[in-house]
Amino acid sequence: MQLALFIIFGLVAIAGALNLLFQRHPINSALSLIVVMMSLAVLYWSLGAEFLAAAQVIVYSGAIMVLFVFVIMLLNAGEEERTHGSRIAYIAGIPGAGAIFCLLSFVFLSERTQLGTTQLGGYLSSAVSNITEISHILFTSLLLPFEVTSILVLVAILGAVVLARKEL
Amino acid sequence: MNHLSQFQIFLLLTVVKIAIVLVITLTTVAYTVLLERKVLGRLQNRWGPSRTGPFGLLQPLADGIKLFLKEDMMPLAVDRPLFILAPIIALACALISVSMVPFGAPTYFHGVDLFQVANINVGLLIILGITSIGVYGIALSGWSSNNKYSLFGSLRSTAQMVSYELALGLSLVGVVLRAGSLSLRDIVNSQAHHGMLSWNVFGGCQFVGFFIYLMAAYAETNRSPFDLPEAESELVAGYHTEYSSMKFAMFFMAEYANMITVACVATLLFFGGAGTPFGHLFQNFFTHGLIHAVLPILWFISKVFAFLLLYIWVRGTLPRFRYDQLMGFGWKFLLPIAMVNILATALALAFHG
Repeated sequence: MQLALFIIFGLVAIAGALNLLFQRHPINSALSLIVVMMSLAVLYWSLGAEFLAAAQVIVYSGAIMVLFVFVIMLLNAGEEERTHGSRIAYIAGIPGAGAIFCLLSFVFLSERTQLGTTQLGGYLSSAVSNITEISHILFTSLLLPFEVTSILVLVAILGAVVLARKEL
Repeated sequence: MNHLSQFQIFLLLTVVKIAIVLVITLTTVAYTVLLERKVLGRLQNRWGPSRTGPFGLLQPLADGIKLFLKEDMMPLAVDRPLFILAPIIALACALISVSMVPFGAPTYFHGVDLFQVANINVGLLIILGITSIGVYGIALSGWSSNNKYSLFGSLRSTAQMVSYELALGLSLVGVVLRAGSLSLRDIVNSQAHHGMLSWNVFGGCQFVGFFIYLMAAYAETNRSPFDLPEAESELVAGYHTEYSSMKFAMFFMAEYANMITVACVATLLFFGGAGTPFGHLFQNFFTHGLIHAVLPILWFISKVFAFLLLYIWVRGTLPRFRYDQLMGFGWKFLLPIAMVNILATALALAFHG
């Protein structure tokens, strides 16, 4: 069951990502990105991280992508025009992507013991909620990074307000 | 049923539950429309629909037949795939969130809860997530219609829903703090001890959160007095100007299904869900049998019905907000109050809990 979910939504994520690249209209690309994020949420869920999955749906596909779509709608962006990109991109693009893929899979496969393993859907059968554990870790051992991130976000918000104000 | 495995029983019962909940929700949607037209009629000192069937009770059926038989117009310049996809997203998101709602007391049959489609430990977050996905239905419908009124309606609606989602989410934090869980079943159980006195809105002192939720929910469902996306005096019909026939009906059903979901969530989170308001006063009556199982559902339905009536009453009473008033109200009034509410609840729980 979990394996089937993994295969289906992994394929959906890849198809969405490819569609994101091949679509020529920005709004279709944005919608493909939403599909990718939703299927990633399902993958998180099947790994037993239900809070992460819900946060992914609410924050990424619910809030950030809505803003993307909103901006595309407001700007009334047209279809992109096909141009012949730089020659370096043609020559180095596909081999580079292949090299990164090989490097990442090599690192993950060789350092498998250090990274630790989790069983697909291993946490789904037991009724333990990981929200309590996440919040406990977030407010004890990871409190400093958490607060620093909040201040970073606050600075970003203030910066946006300063930029958006007409008279200052 | 002994020859079936546990998984097969689970699958069968779940499919049956989904079918029943879907049929009941869609029927309720149809009759909420009738209720709205009747009550709104009485509020404006007229009869409302009264010709089809006794008291106009067959009016939803006639409306349904009419919408089915209408020609499905599609303007030439629309973006076809998105134009078709938008009402599907809207209706699907509206219907999915009903599946998290526990309708009655926990009643188990072969390990399957009969009165809830899915008991998920982050049920509340799922409902919020699905609501935020539902924004796309409206946003895409306006954009793909290739019509300035539709686009304005959907822009307004998107901005409004994104802004009020914050206040909505923050207003629920107090309840989550009190219950210590995001599962809707646990939240209902945390209010079940002393009847009405332990409901979050009274005993839990979450009335501030409740009013924030109520107002944010009106804005989330694009209902009056926040129905700017379809302000007919300015925008023809807003985001569904170009839609006709069943596609229009899907938007219409999505709006009313959202109303029902929001009413269900308000009932679950602030009014004790399917719990009785009398607590242990009458616990010696109906301890067995059918009435014992059905009574919680009746409580639940009556609470949801009260919220739907409130919706209609507000629509018949209040004028529409102006757009800057709407945004100012959401960001400058509801959001700070919701944060103060969270702080107060957390402090109270830290000192007493």
